[in-house]
Amino acid sequence: MIDKIASLVNADPRLVHRGRFVDTTFMVAIDDAATLLRVQEGLITKVTPGPFITPDYSFCLRASRGVWEKFWQPLPPLGYTDIFALVKQKLMRVEGNLHPFMANLLYFKDVIAAPRRETKR
Amino acid sequence: MSPRFEPITGRYLQLDLLGKVHRLYLEEAGQGIPLLCLHTAGSDARQYRGLLNDARITKHFRVIAFDMPWHGKSSPPAGWQDTDYQLTSRDYVRMILEVADALELDRPVAMGCSIGGRIVLHLAHEHPQRFRALVGLESAAHTDAYYDLAWLNRPDVHGGMVCAGVISGLVAPVAPAIDRWETLWHYMQSGPGVFKGDLHFYMIDGDIRDRVDQIDIKRCPLFLLTGEYDYSCTSEGTLDIAKRTGAQATIMQGLGHFPMSENPEKFISYLLPVLEKIRAL
Repeated sequence: MIDKIASLVNADPRLVHRGRFVDTTFMVAIDDAATLLRVQEGLITKVTPGPFITPDYSFCLRASRGVWEKFWQPLPPLGYTDIFALVKQKLMRVEGNLHPFMANLLYFKDVIAAPRRETKR
Repeated sequence: MSPRFEPITGRYLQLDLLGKVHRLYLEEAGQGIPLLCLHTAGSDARQYRGLLNDARITKHFRVIAFDMPWHGKSSPPAGWQDTDYQLTSRDYVRMILEVADALELDRPVAMGCSIGGRIVLHLAHEHPQRFRALVGLESAAHTDAYYDLAWLNRPDVHGGMVCAGVISGLVAPVAPAIDRWETLWHYMQSGPGVFKGDLHFYMIDGDIRDRVDQIDIKRCPLFLLTGEYDYSCTSEGTLDIAKRTGAQATIMQGLGHFPMSENPEKFISYLLPVLEKIRAL
């Protein structure tokens, strides 16, 4: 799923526009498997799978594989529809420098949820 | 072609509120039993546009929805620039009673959502004799903070966008797009720090867990309606209040934290039977 995010985001001009001021690298961690996603002007320009020795990123979203799989269903089950729903239930951790994440929350929420659109197809 | 006006009248009310002069904006439609509607934190009375436009409701109820001070088209009181807005249980209860008095409402029904769903519990506990019935939408006795509220009001983060971003996931994923984005728009228009100030009540000051058992629904009937997708005021939280008070609770399928605004048609289908019961009281 994680490998689909870049093409799904980059093919969505309104989402790219929403993230036009974003310039950061963030991490998605599925169990212990981490991936770095580089964002420039709303486009995902680089996806780097781990493992890493000294990863350099602003923030990280960390959850188990089972949680991510439910989150990425086209219509997720109750309690799995939103990042904050997972955080509230302590099923996801959002760590690091949250400024880029919070300042562009509507952008990042749709970036992270992009694989839901892939599974719909 | 004649103008296509909605049946809603919007007016400004001058009143003394919490010891200060206020200019309060309210909208109303219909006649009959007064139904005073309370919007969610960081939003305004436009959330009730569906109810105000629904003849099945306005035929029997005078629906009144006001923007709380600092919200929507209601101004903050003079001197606001030197204060940080922070809603407390005491002020919120007084505000509702004083607005009801200023409008000369005789034992209205009060219906509130989220912070409004919380404050109706306080009204049920402290002032049951003042109301014909109370309706709590997305009512929970307490909600713990699940993110740092400081993000909601700081100069280097767009307040409107972060507030809408925070609440966006509370709308049910099956909500119609037009109503989802209308709901988010209201949050994008909120004044700086207003949502954060409301959440002081929601997550700290308004905790009523220790008094829920003292609510006597024989003194004032209490109805609870909660959307299944609401992870802030959860179904479990609502059902717990129902269990402890005997209030009638309904979990609404396909709805989230903003039922009257995110999907008015579906919400009204759940509300009409409650309003029928209130009419029969």
